[in-house]
Amino acid sequence: MKKTNTATLKKGLAQMLKGGVIMDVVNPQQAIIAEKAGAVSVMALERVPSDIRKDGGVARMSDPKMIREIQAVVSIPVMAKVRIGHFVEAQILEALEVDYIDESEVLTPADEKFHIDKSKFKIPFVCGATNLGEALRRISEGAAMIRTKGEAGTGNVVEAVKHIRTINEEIAKLQKMNEAQIKKYAREIRVAPELVKEVKKLGRLPVVNFAAGGVATPADAALLMQLGCDGVFVGSGIFKSSQPEKMAKAIVEATMNFDKPEILARVSEGLGEAMKGLEIATLETKLATRGW
Amino acid sequence: MAGKRIGILAIHGSVVEHAESLRRLNFTPVEIRAAKDLETVYGLILPGGESTTIGDLAQQFGLREAIVNFAKSGKTIYGTCAGLILLARYGLLDVKIDRNAYGRQIHSFEVDLEIPALGKKSFNGIFIRAPKILSAAKSVEILAQFEDSPILVKQGNIWGGSFHPELTDDLRIHKLIFGGK
Repeated sequence: MKKTNTATLKKGLAQMLKGGVIMDVVNPQQAIIAEKAGAVSVMALERVPSDIRKDGGVARMSDPKMIREIQAVVSIPVMAKVRIGHFVEAQILEALEVDYIDESEVLTPADEKFHIDKSKFKIPFVCGATNLGEALRRISEGAAMIRTKGEAGTGNVVEAVKHIRTINEEIAKLQKMNEAQIKKYAREIRVAPELVKEVKKLGRLPVVNFAAGGVATPADAALLMQLGCDGVFVGSGIFKSSQPEKMAKAIVEATMNFDKPEILARVSEGLGEAMKGLEIATLETKLATRGW
Repeated sequence: MAGKRIGILAIHGSVVEHAESLRRLNFTPVEIRAAKDLETVYGLILPGGESTTIGDLAQQFGLREAIVNFAKSGKTIYGTCAGLILLARYGLLDVKIDRNAYGRQIHSFEVDLEIPALGKKSFNGIFIRAPKILSAAKSVEILAQFEDSPILVKQGNIWGGSFHPELTDDLRIHKLIFGGK
């Protein structure tokens, strides 16, 4: 009997992307550039996060026409974003047969109480997290892949670093807990003790965990890989740089060779200007605080 | 004692999963990122991932030629999913392939496979955006089929499969190909 949409298949696709770079693209031309540069997948969206910041207003799911056009020109998986809690946008993306749905804080949240019940969908979901509790709540809801939230659209990697370090530290603490402490911790973070025990046993999240939010250079990507991320999402960092093709290739090569400084030095040469960054303290809107 | 060294092309994809399968069979997995890494291994796995990406990067890093030479030296190579596509593209496996013929992620599937070479017990075949083998030359041995298409094939020292045994706990395919405890 053929089984489809199982947890194994949902998590499995993310496993195939490990060690790779997923790039934000806003049109088919960018999608082709991303694929040629070695992206393992593209995230189709109408505006990259830095433009969403600049333009203000409500940010929503992209036009299905634009998503279809991108699906038509690349052979790698295509992901797309929905607003937190907006399960109808997710139904629409499922009808489009996108390969992964990102329930994303980069868009304006649609529900202040509930994230999407992701287990009801056939398409796998990726969700952002700033700490272990948040990651496990998303996994309990059916997320098959996790990414750090970082602070999207800033070109500033500091928040992504904070999030992966927090998750790592919390997993390390968890390893020392006894049965009673695990129960208490599971209650605190509002997830089933079985899931917490699984993380303790594995010493890592039970799904693939990518870095995201503020990655602007090959060195940023390698930093997050050295901190233990399984791969990297790059949003504004590529197409807001002065030489997108070169930057895209360099970040791909850096992600693959994250532990080889001599290769990192070579690929970091002559990339022109990286995207202009923002200081986190001066931001009016902190996207990472969306979702809970 | 650590066992024989088997390489895994480590551009991206299911590298750690194959490494775990090999370790459990008492092999020493070796990540291959440059041509010289191939000098010390006696077999090679091309893992699952995105074939467009892996193919382009392998070419760029001079790995394509190294893999072809490795095959010509008679050493065993096993490609899964994207790896199968590369073997066909490099002319190492005489099969015709339709990439993503089984459809997008929503059509990915698991199914119990009958693989005579593994005995009676079925094998959990995990197909993720899998490539389809449309046809195979006469010199290609077909070890298993699903819905009339070959899914596990062998041509001399080269093995290819469209599914992911590295995502299961079942070591029988790795064992069939590389031996081990």
